[in-house]
Amino acid sequence: MKYLPIIWRNLLRRKFRTFFTMGAIFFAFLLFGVLMAIRAAFSMGVDMAGQGRLMVIDKVSIINPLPASYEARIRLIPGVTDTTHANWFGGYYQEVRNQFATFGTDPESWLRIYSKEFELPEDQKKAFLADRTGAIVGADTARKYGFKVGQRVPIQGTIYRRPDGGPWEFTIDGIYDSKIKGADKTNLIFHYEYLRETIPEQSGLRDRYNWYVFTIDDPERAPEIAAKIDAMFVNSPSETKTNTEKAFVSDFSKQVGDIGKIMMWIVAMAMFTILLVAGNTMAQAIRERTNELAVLKTLGFNEGLILAMVLLESVAIALVGGGLGLALSYALITLSGDPTHGLLPSFYFPVPQLMAGVGLVLGLGLASGLLPAWQASRLRIVDALRRN
Amino acid sequence: MLSQIIAVTSVNIRSIPARLGSSTVAVIGIAGVVLVFVAVLSIAEGVNATMKASGDPNVALILRAGSDTEMTSGLGGDSVRVIADAPGIARDESGKPLTSPELFVVVDHPLKRSGSPGNVPLRGVTPEAFKVHSRLKIIEGRNLEFGRNEIIAGRAASHQFVGLNVGTTLKWGESTWTLVGIFDEGGAVSESELWCDVKVLQPAYRRGNSYQSVYARLAAPDTFQQLKDSLTSNPQITVSAMRAPEYYGSQTETLQMIIRTIGGIIAVLMGIGAVFGAVITMYTAVASRTREIATLRALGFGGLPVVFSVLSEATLLSIVGGLLGGAIAWLAFDGYETATMNFQSFSQIAFAFAVTPKLLGQALFYSVVMGLLGGLFPAWRAARLPVVTALREL
Repeated sequence: MKYLPIIWRNLLRRKFRTFFTMGAIFFAFLLFGVLMAIRAAFSMGVDMAGQGRLMVIDKVSIINPLPASYEARIRLIPGVTDTTHANWFGGYYQEVRNQFATFGTDPESWLRIYSKEFELPEDQKKAFLADRTGAIVGADTARKYGFKVGQRVPIQGTIYRRPDGGPWEFTIDGIYDSKIKGADKTNLIFHYEYLRETIPEQSGLRDRYNWYVFTIDDPERAPEIAAKIDAMFVNSPSETKTNTEKAFVSDFSKQVGDIGKIMMWIVAMAMFTILLVAGNTMAQAIRERTNELAVLKTLGFNEGLILAMVLLESVAIALVGGGLGLALSYALITLSGDPTHGLLPSFYFPVPQLMAGVGLVLGLGLASGLLPAWQASRLRIVDALRRN
Repeated sequence: MLSQIIAVTSVNIRSIPARLGSSTVAVIGIAGVVLVFVAVLSIAEGVNATMKASGDPNVALILRAGSDTEMTSGLGGDSVRVIADAPGIARDESGKPLTSPELFVVVDHPLKRSGSPGNVPLRGVTPEAFKVHSRLKIIEGRNLEFGRNEIIAGRAASHQFVGLNVGTTLKWGESTWTLVGIFDEGGAVSESELWCDVKVLQPAYRRGNSYQSVYARLAAPDTFQQLKDSLTSNPQITVSAMRAPEYYGSQTETLQMIIRTIGGIIAVLMGIGAVFGAVITMYTAVASRTREIATLRALGFGGLPVVFSVLSEATLLSIVGGLLGGAIAWLAFDGYETATMNFQSFSQIAFAFAVTPKLLGQALFYSVVMGLLGGLFPAWRAARLPVVTALREL
């Protein structure tokens, strides 16, 4: 402890350099936070998708809806515990660019299956279930457009049309939230029944759902149950594709493709360049003091103590810069959320990656201090004192 | 004064090799930032280029009113006939209007890059389509024969998806198709698609006699307004008309916004980080030359030439870094073909990274700004060094 003033003095010796080194490290780790959030966003919430939940879609494409009669047949398969369904509605509010994920579903079973993802107060839930023209909306979307509980909002559909061409009016019965980090809080869900009555019977689209979701009692049995369902509908006009929700989300994120990966890779490289510059400067700051370290040794400081002091100094710089960078990026990303306003709902900084960041900060401090300190400690005092 | 500036600057620049280590670090730092800047923005440029190539200004696109994409549009057979009779549309030798009613669906097909399913757009067309989309040409195999289950694939689609070669049989649902040709349309979006006979596609997808869009070749570029007015005032149909460039411009708005927002955040953060990197590099350079600078000052050189010399060293290093980064980005990414999900059409869109000269120019400018900002503080410091203490240093 009594050596802290020496370390402090050393840090302040070239305030300007210390400040800018910390600054460079700060920005490198700010970038690290953004990088991790981009990664999370481009994986589209694959970490949150349930293993115990499976999805059934049309084998040719999710845009072809499946007959409503499939639900009862899926429910009969041993091991299936609950089912629900959804129709992609593609709604927007007032202007086409104000789009958010909107779908028609059976609210009761949906909220049962997604109880963690769609959390809402009991009275709001009750009101929603009883209100045929009601809807619930995610906290993020509600905040963005200022939707309040009880408000009637016009939502224009892009896929389904009302006969008069006008928007659907929904009453916001509840605003859902979720404790799961990075959960998608931008959706609006409503009663399929309300949509159904506007679909003309001769269109052949009535009582057809884009996808089914079901839960099973034992996640281990997922492949077996999926195969059973697909076999059941083989050679019918609507063949199915069944897989875990996780597999669907991961396939979907792969469709976005290498763009996310390329961005990540490039940013990682750039971050390491900045760290290289900063690390080099920190090492330089110690290297140019080699003869001072020799003086300390002459005064009787042992090698371990000198090593510890040097390391503490570089770790301190790294911790201040990197720690602030991580903290700020965590705070900003958590506060501001998705920078694209609804296009990347899972834009967040996952905690395990935050921990990895802290590890990286410590590693940077140790690595940039270790080499020069080790070189200094190996020097013979006489040589070091003579060195200029 | 000028001769002083020249003298000090040339000494400074000629002595860069003596500080090779720290100079290299600075150059690499700036090169890295420029590389990121160019690479990220070349994605957006690439998508943009594809969209630009798609929009033939002499073609109008007609959708159901209120639909913003073909995917969500729908037009019955009667509406399509009404549209064909509208004024302002070009006609062929026999007097038939050049309109192409099209049906746009999406099918699942494995992607080459991941093996996982991707959404391929499958477009049903009529023989008139090849007169309306006049730039389209078959580059391999032959054109499809109407009335048969035949498909032609866009050049980019055949690169991005598994097994899209001439002669392959493809099966989606209950229908089986033979791929008979590959087409090219000057880098347009259609190259990411598969085309087939709309009359075969309609029953296979239970679409009755319905279409999603009508492409119409304009009689002259200025007949668009006439066409649009006549269509929107016709009580038999509720449609909207827009020029093809306008439509394609709007089709990737979402995708471009994602890329540009994220690219922007990254570029700004990286830029500031790199300025800090440049500051410490130049600072170290100045610090290691403290005695030299002090000697110059003692010999009677002014502060300004010293400032100038440090700044020009920083600029020189940043130009080298900028050129290096730009060159690497150009070599590594220009023309790199990939595909991504276009959220608006809910299907894959293929494009090539485009490292344009404009982008490289911007990047170089950006790197010089970073260098200058990075050199400013250390330069100012160098000029203000008290000569006596500096001479004594080290």
